[in-house]
Amino acid sequence: MSNYETILTSVEDGIALIQLNRPRVLNAINRPMVTELLDAFESFDRNDEVKAIVLTGSARAFAAGADIDEMKEDTAVSLELLNQFKEWDRLATIKKPIIGAVNGYCFGGGFELALCADILFAAENAQFGFPEIKLGVMPGAGGTVKLTKLMGQKKALEWLWLGDPMTADEALQYGVINRVIAPELVVDEAKKYAKTIASRAPLSTRLIKETVYKSIDYSTYEGMQFERKNFYLLFSSQDQKEGMKAFVEKRPAEFKGK
Amino acid sequence: MFETISYETRGKTAWITLNRPDKLNAFTSLMHKEMVSAIKEANKDSHVRAVVITGAGRAFCSGQDLSGSPAGTDYGDVLRKGYNPMVQALVAMEKPVIAAVNGVAAGAGMSLALACDFRIASEKASFIEAFIHVGLVPDSGNLYFLPRLVGHAKAMELAVLGEKITAQEAKELGLVTKTVSEEEFMLEVETFAEKLANMPTKAIGLIKRYMNKSWESDLNEVLEFEAQAQKIAGESADHQEGLQSFLEKRKPAFTGK
Repeated sequence: MSNYETILTSVEDGIALIQLNRPRVLNAINRPMVTELLDAFESFDRNDEVKAIVLTGSARAFAAGADIDEMKEDTAVSLELLNQFKEWDRLATIKKPIIGAVNGYCFGGGFELALCADILFAAENAQFGFPEIKLGVMPGAGGTVKLTKLMGQKKALEWLWLGDPMTADEALQYGVINRVIAPELVVDEAKKYAKTIASRAPLSTRLIKETVYKSIDYSTYEGMQFERKNFYLLFSSQDQKEGMKAFVEKRPAEFKGK
Repeated sequence: MFETISYETRGKTAWITLNRPDKLNAFTSLMHKEMVSAIKEANKDSHVRAVVITGAGRAFCSGQDLSGSPAGTDYGDVLRKGYNPMVQALVAMEKPVIAAVNGVAAGAGMSLALACDFRIASEKASFIEAFIHVGLVPDSGNLYFLPRLVGHAKAMELAVLGEKITAQEAKELGLVTKTVSEEEFMLEVETFAEKLANMPTKAIGLIKRYMNKSWESDLNEVLEFEAQAQKIAGESADHQEGLQSFLEKRKPAFTGK
């Protein structure tokens, strides 16, 4: 495993944990952190030991935003040439389930990173928001697009225009997160949930994830064609044979991810 | 450090005293800000395990200082910027908060007492939903807490008729934990606060957190809250101390952790 400077990583019982680790700046996301995150996600995605990935921050903040110092002198041309969001695009190609566990502040780039998780658990005291408008910009790593697809145009505009924080309960109500949990337990519960997912058939988990994300952009017809191909594809797996055999024999299936 | 209030810690208890006795401790915008700072200070200080809020002089708090608001003041914004953050900070504090109601608690002064976890009243104390007498509505959480504390019908009577109730009547309504003679009042408050400050603070904080949430939750949600709270409490040092002291047949020495 690499020696990362901005994140901590570990693997236990098939669950990888990635923890943002710049607590002195409330885990503000800088470019080295994104590079390290991508490296960690991609290596866990290829690591057979790892069945699911939990992404978290610290007790006070998941991540309070992007590192403003790093970008305040940037120009449109410097950003175009840097093409930093290519790494964010690659984060969207991770095949294994990602469970986000959010404590405290989750703003701006931090919120966008949290939205890269497939499932999101938040502490009761978590706060989400896109305050970019207060700095004369807007989200740049998918925040505008993902928030709109999650909560709808009317609500998304309100949050993006005002830049105010939303509570965990509000985020739950708008379908932005999956569960609200006691702050003391949010990481534990995310790991427990990751273990449950890990016990399911891994190939099904992957192809369901792929199909769900395609269905956001595809028409119903195209989405259903895509779904069908993935459904057929699973019939070439050993786990399909095992799963159906175990069902008939009334015993728990033993999935191998093959 | 503060102009309109005083803040001190004695033992494990933080004392926040509204300190404008010549104005019957009426609220000003500075007082709101100072209250929020003091509440946050008490919350942050891990040595503090109970908080007392009381008033200097003969009143607890007479509510909004009506002399202070210029014509055209947006009352809604006064609440949003001043009173509401204070009430929210009190409710969010996971430590027991006692309103030591030494004298009259009127209007938003009564609301402040209602937002605390316990109320101990001096026999000299009284409560009055004064808002209606100037054509206003109870605010600062008053409409939330009052019906929950005394029931809807009684809350309507108090809020609409605006009649003063004595400490004894407040006791009969279940609005206060106890009423105490003027002479014994401070000693009784100190004893009560100290008792709370020596209890398992983490568990008290969890009780407060989830009892508050119970008002906006259904049974299945509360059952899940309890399961999470019990897991947290079950891993606390004070739970271990409770079990250990029981086995050793001695009094527990809780640390609040």
